[in-house]
Amino acid sequence: MKKAYLGIDIGSISTKGVIIDSDNNVLASEYLWTEGNPIEATKKLIGVLAEKMRGKEYKVVSVGTTGSARKLVGVITGACVVKNEITAHAIGTTALYPDVRTIFEIGGQDSKIILIENGIVVDYAMNTLCAAGTGSFLSSQASRLGVAVEEFGKIALTSSNPTPIAARCTVFAESDLVHKAQIGHTKQDIIAGLCKAVVTNYLNNVGKGKKINPPIVFQGGVSKNVGVIKAFEDATGYPVIVDENGHLTGALGVAILAKRSESEKHFDFDIADIDFKTKGITCGRCANNCEIICVYEDDALIDAWGNKCEKGAISTKSIRAKAL
Amino acid sequence: MKRKVTFPHFGDYCIPLEFLVTRGLEMDYVIPPPMTKRTLELGTKYSPDYVCAPFKYNLGSYIEAIESGADMLVQTGGACRLGYYGELHEQIIRDLGYEIDFVNLARADYSKPHTLIAEFKKVNPDFSIKKVTAALLAAVKMAEYMDNTDDFIRRNIGFEVENGSFEAAKSRFLNELRKCNNKKDVLNAYQRCMDTMKKIPVNKPKKPLKVAVVGEYYTIMDPFSNHNIEREMAKMGMVIRRWMNLSNSMFHYTEKEIARKIYGYSKYNMGATSMSTIDVALSCAKRGYDGIIHVKSFGCTPEMDAIPVLQNISSDYKIPILYFSFDSQTGDTGIQTRLEAFYDMIVMRKNAK
Repeated sequence: MKKAYLGIDIGSISTKGVIIDSDNNVLASEYLWTEGNPIEATKKLIGVLAEKMRGKEYKVVSVGTTGSARKLVGVITGACVVKNEITAHAIGTTALYPDVRTIFEIGGQDSKIILIENGIVVDYAMNTLCAAGTGSFLSSQASRLGVAVEEFGKIALTSSNPTPIAARCTVFAESDLVHKAQIGHTKQDIIAGLCKAVVTNYLNNVGKGKKINPPIVFQGGVSKNVGVIKAFEDATGYPVIVDENGHLTGALGVAILAKRSESEKHFDFDIADIDFKTKGITCGRCANNCEIICVYEDDALIDAWGNKCEKGAISTKSIRAKAL
Repeated sequence: MKRKVTFPHFGDYCIPLEFLVTRGLEMDYVIPPPMTKRTLELGTKYSPDYVCAPFKYNLGSYIEAIESGADMLVQTGGACRLGYYGELHEQIIRDLGYEIDFVNLARADYSKPHTLIAEFKKVNPDFSIKKVTAALLAAVKMAEYMDNTDDFIRRNIGFEVENGSFEAAKSRFLNELRKCNNKKDVLNAYQRCMDTMKKIPVNKPKKPLKVAVVGEYYTIMDPFSNHNIEREMAKMGMVIRRWMNLSNSMFHYTEKEIARKIYGYSKYNMGATSMSTIDVALSCAKRGYDGIIHVKSFGCTPEMDAIPVLQNISSDYKIPILYFSFDSQTGDTGIQTRLEAFYDMIVMRKNAK
């Protein structure tokens, strides 16, 4: 049996999984919707991956998790590495594009920029407080205009005169957009203007004060939008690379990290059949009322977190006491 | 009836303040309850939406102190919007129907001691200058020793062999401080604490990662407001340096000298803590720190103005800077993700060197 490494990236919208061999070759991969249930999504993902690995002479020896549900899924899969998505994306991207200098990433709620020199992350920034200029902004504007968000990019490319739209804030952008539409700007021009606004917003916020060098790799859901790609190329003056498998980069990155960690732990595809449950308990020992999340495997508590202080620290014993 | 004085929660500085009020002014002092989500909810509910976050924390803290019996609230002055806090806090709290006295030190001119004495007189008309002076000197020492122990903790807590040993030593120290009667007791407590802490086993590498924390006055000093990022970072295994504290800002802030040191980056004083933020960032960049974290409350203008300068320092000295702007959000996940990524980055950078 040869060694294999599993990387899982569980985002708020989608769950991605990649299995690699010791030379970082992808043996199997899968992409599906999280649908607000990271545990079910992971079990489904692992089920599909098990199917794809059937008959292959490989054994998964180490698991890595990333994405916003990394901790939860890390506990369930017995992961050796639980890593934030920024690091995971940087590692994944440099594995695919060793020369990359700049990574743009725009997802549903998050946007980030990662600067790389000689394969090392030297600087990064992430949006704070507000989701203006991210995927959720584009999809809400698409529905306002009665256009499928998937069509957005293609329509934008047909415009030769993008309408300027205030990009600072989603609320302002929306009123600007309504106003421009009412005075007669065409839909194509407005859509192209929106794509441009996303880029302007991105470069002025997360990209502020950062020196952007090529090669540039663009990732995240919004990278599927050709209108935004073009706006990025126009604004930076450099070609922008979008990998067909860009959505798998985080999972690939964390699989590589699991391999590098050199720690191995038994992993069985059978966890797709185990019953995992989570339960939220309000601590109530002070006015913080921390929401403590308890994770159960077949009704046995395996981990708990969410407390801000020692008062809320939960041992397996105290949980049992509370449950009885 | 003896009045019960209070000041909003601000790190651990309620302890020297309690000493000053009870020993110097001979009044009762109410330490506001530890800040929680409720403090923030109360503060946010009654504050103007766009005011800086410390205003909201202070307001929530006042209300909780009033609930615990305080009836005389004190607010300080400052070189930014802080100078207007007192007036607005007083108005809001009165509008809420609380019957309290409000002493606003922003009305005093700190360069003219008699104006300050006039404000103290509002707290207690028959206070003894002698007692206040003695208590003030001891309280100042207290703050200074607390700042020193915190410096020591920041340098070492990331490497403690047994989890929690430094925090335990610190909480013992704070408890002892509350029992002190004079300057001598304060010194003894401090020495005991330092002796204990120096004996705590640490597993510190020869060249540990070093990160400096810079930023706005309140947010940087109040762990609840900054989601305890100092401790979170330190516990990943690094040395944290923070110049900004009460004693440094009051007694070791030399505006002219700082202006000279940072002249190449900033010609004007942009107010409040902006100059010391730039100064500390620059000196840590020069000394080869691995990273800088900048914290401020959302909408803090002086610190917002300092950011472009920090970006220049970052690119000139190739030092990464992580920026945090805190408002009334209580979710820790996003902060944790950014801190972890920052840690990974500086580790990778260091290994590549």
